[in-house]
Amino acid sequence: MSRCLTERSIDHVVLEQGEVANSWRKERWESLRLLTPNWQSKLPGYSYDGEDPDGYMELPEIIDFIDGYAKFLSAPVQTDTTVTSVAYKNDRYQLSTNQGNWQSKAVVLASGAFKIPNVPLFNGALPSSITTITPDQYRSPDQLEEGGVLVVGASATGLQFADEIHRSGRPVTLAIGEHVRMPRVYRGRDIQWWMDAAGVLDERYDEVDDIVRARNVPSPQLVGTPGRLTMDLNSVTDLGVKLIGRFAGISGNRAQFSGSLRNVCALADLKMGRLLDTIDEWALDNAMDDRVEAPERYPATRVDDAPPLSIDLANGKIRTVIWATGFRPDYSWLDLPVLDRKGQIRHDGGVVDSPGMYVMGLTFLRRRKSSFIHGAGDDARDLSDHLVTYLEECATTSSH
Amino acid sequence: MTTTTEASVNNGVNVEALLEAKAALTEAPEAAKFIWRANCKWVNGTHSNSVVKSFFGLGEEQNHRTEFTFDADHPEVFASEDNGAAPIEYVLVGLASCLTAGIAAIAQHREIQLRSVSATLEGGMDIQGILGIDSDVRNGFDGIKVTYDIDADASRTDIEALVAQSQKRSAVFDIVANPTNITVEIK
Ligand SMILES: Cc1cc2nc3c(=O)[nH]c(=O)nc-3n(C[C@H](O)[C@H](O)[C@H](O)COP(=O)(O)OP(=O)(O)OC[C@H]3O[C@@H](n4cnc5c(N)ncnc54)[C@H](O)[C@@H]3O)c2cc1C
Repeated sequence: MSRCLTERSIDHVVLEQGEVANSWRKERWESLRLLTPNWQSKLPGYSYDGEDPDGYMELPEIIDFIDGYAKFLSAPVQTDTTVTSVAYKNDRYQLSTNQGNWQSKAVVLASGAFKIPNVPLFNGALPSSITTITPDQYRSPDQLEEGGVLVVGASATGLQFADEIHRSGRPVTLAIGEHVRMPRVYRGRDIQWWMDAAGVLDERYDEVDDIVRARNVPSPQLVGTPGRLTMDLNSVTDLGVKLIGRFAGISGNRAQFSGSLRNVCALADLKMGRLLDTIDEWALDNAMDDRVEAPERYPATRVDDAPPLSIDLANGKIRTVIWATGFRPDYSWLDLPVLDRKGQIRHDGGVVDSPGMYVMGLTFLRRRKSSFIHGAGDDARDLSDHLVTYLEECATTSSH
Repeated sequence: MTTTTEASVNNGVNVEALLEAKAALTEAPEAAKFIWRANCKWVNGTHSNSVVKSFFGLGEEQNHRTEFTFDADHPEVFASEDNGAAPIEYVLVGLASCLTAGIAAIAQHREIQLRSVSATLEGGMDIQGILGIDSDVRNGFDGIKVTYDIDADASRTDIEALVAQSQKRSAVFDIVANPTNITVEIK
C-alpha cells in the first residue's frame, strides 16, 4: 500500500509496533517455510530473484524479503510505534500511539489478519495438568514436554505441527474439522501455479456465490519442503498420527470429539476433486494438456471405522494441547463503530464502513489471494485508487 | 430478489423462499432463534405417547398445521407390548428425515432433479450397556450407518457432494454427532 500511495503522490506514514516483518519475526515457528513458491512472492515492483524459483522460503529468507522491500521502497516506516487508539473527530482520524499522536484524513488498517489465535471457550475446562499452547507461541517440538500431544485443527498450521511433533517422538492425536486438501504438485507443476494460471486465485469477492462462506474457508493443507512433498491426512496417518473428529467439548476430564470425521474428510476429498477437474478443464482449453503430465486422482482420506469419540485427559497420556484453530485480527484499539456483532470489520472489498478507512490482508478481502503475500499488490492498487478519489472529493467539498 | 425464469428442476422445495429467509435472518439474527417442543405422557408399561404441536420461531409462537402424535414402546423381546416404535428408532427416523430433507433442498439449489431417494439406517447397540451388565459398554448406539440409494440427473460425484453437504447442514446429524447439554428437572 505504501508503494501505491507513493506512486500516487499521497503523503503517508507506516506505523509499526515492532520492526518491519514483525509477525514473521515474533509469531512464527522455527521450521516454517512459505507454502507459496518463491516465484509467487511478488509485491508491486519487487519479486524473488534468487536461484530457486520453485523453492519455498525459510523464515530468515522471508524476513529478508520483506525487509528488502521496505528498503527498496525507502518506505516511510516508523518502527516501535504501537497504535493504541483510532477515533474520528473533526473530519479527521485521531490516532494515539506510544510515540505521540497523529491526525489523518485516511487510514489503512494493515495490522494483520492472523493476529489473535482462536481458542475455544472450553479451553478453560481442560485439567490443569495439561499445558496448552497456540501457534504464535510454538517454536519447535523441543519446547514441549515429552508425552502425547493433541493438535487441534488440521489446516496448514496444525498439519505441519502434527507432522514435526510426531516425528520428535511425541505421539500426536489430530482433531479434524473442515479442511482443504490439495496435492503439492499436480501434473508436474506446483498446485499454486495451476491455481494462478486457471484464475482461481484471482476470483473476486463480488463474483463468488457465498462470500461469507468463502471468507471462512481454512488455509489449504500445503507445506513448503525442499522435496515438494504433499502433506495430508494420509501422510500423517502413515507416520502414526491418530486422526479423530473435531474437538467438540469437555465433560469432566474427558475431551469429546465429533462423530463427523468421515464426512469432513469426504467433503475435503470431493472439493479437491472439483479443484482438479477445474484445472484439467483449463489445461484442455488452453492447449496445455500434452505439455504436462497426465491427470491424476488421489486415494480417498483413510479414516478408522470407529475413531474414538472421547479421550481421558487426566490419565497423563496427553500432556499438551495445541490450538491450531485459526486466527483473527485484533481490532481492540479501534474506537469506531465499524465492527459487526461478531467482531468482524464491516467492509466492502476493503473499503471500510467509515469514510476514508481501508483494510488489507484479510481472507478473500477482494480476491481469493487477498490474504497472501502475492495478493497484496492488486488489492493495494484498487484500494489506493479509491483512497485517492476519496481525498479529492474531500478537497472539493472543503473548498466550497 | 425475484426471478421470473421457469425452474426446470422441481424437487418440491421452495429454494427462493429459503434464500429470502436466509437473507432476512442474516439482518435480524434474533428471529433465527427457535425452540422446538414435544410433550410426552406415560401410558402404561414402556408405552408412552408424545405430542408435537407448538414451537417458537421468527420472534413468536407458531403452530404446526395439525397436532402430530407418536406412540413409543419396546418390542416384545423386551417383554413389552410393542405399541409403537422404540425411542431409539425415533432417533434413526429423525436423522433419516433430516438428511433426506437436506438432500432435496440442496439438490434444488444446485439444480439437480431427483427421481428417487431412499435411505436405509442401521444403528448398532450392545444392550449390555442399558441393562447395566458391563459399565464399559455405552448405552447408546456404537455407530450409525446410513446408506442412500439415489436416482437423480447428476454424476455420482455430484450425488456424493449432495449427501456430504446435507450432513454438514443437518441439525439432527449435529445433535447425534456432537455432545449436547441436557437438563432434566422435576416440577
Ligand atoms: C502461519 C502462517 C503461515 C503463512 N504462510 C504464508 C505463505 O506461505 N505465503 C503467503 O503468501 N502468506 C502466508 N501467510 C499469510 C501472511 O500472513 C500474509 O501473506 C502476510 O504476512 C500478511 O501481511 P500483512 O502485512 O497483511 O500482515 P502482517 O504480516 O501480520 O503485518 C501486520 C503488521 O502490523 C503490525 N501491527 C499490528 N497491530 C499494530 C498496532 N496496533 N500498531 C502498530 N503496528 C501494528 C504488526 O506488528 C505487523 O508487523 C501465512 C500466515 C500465517 C499465520
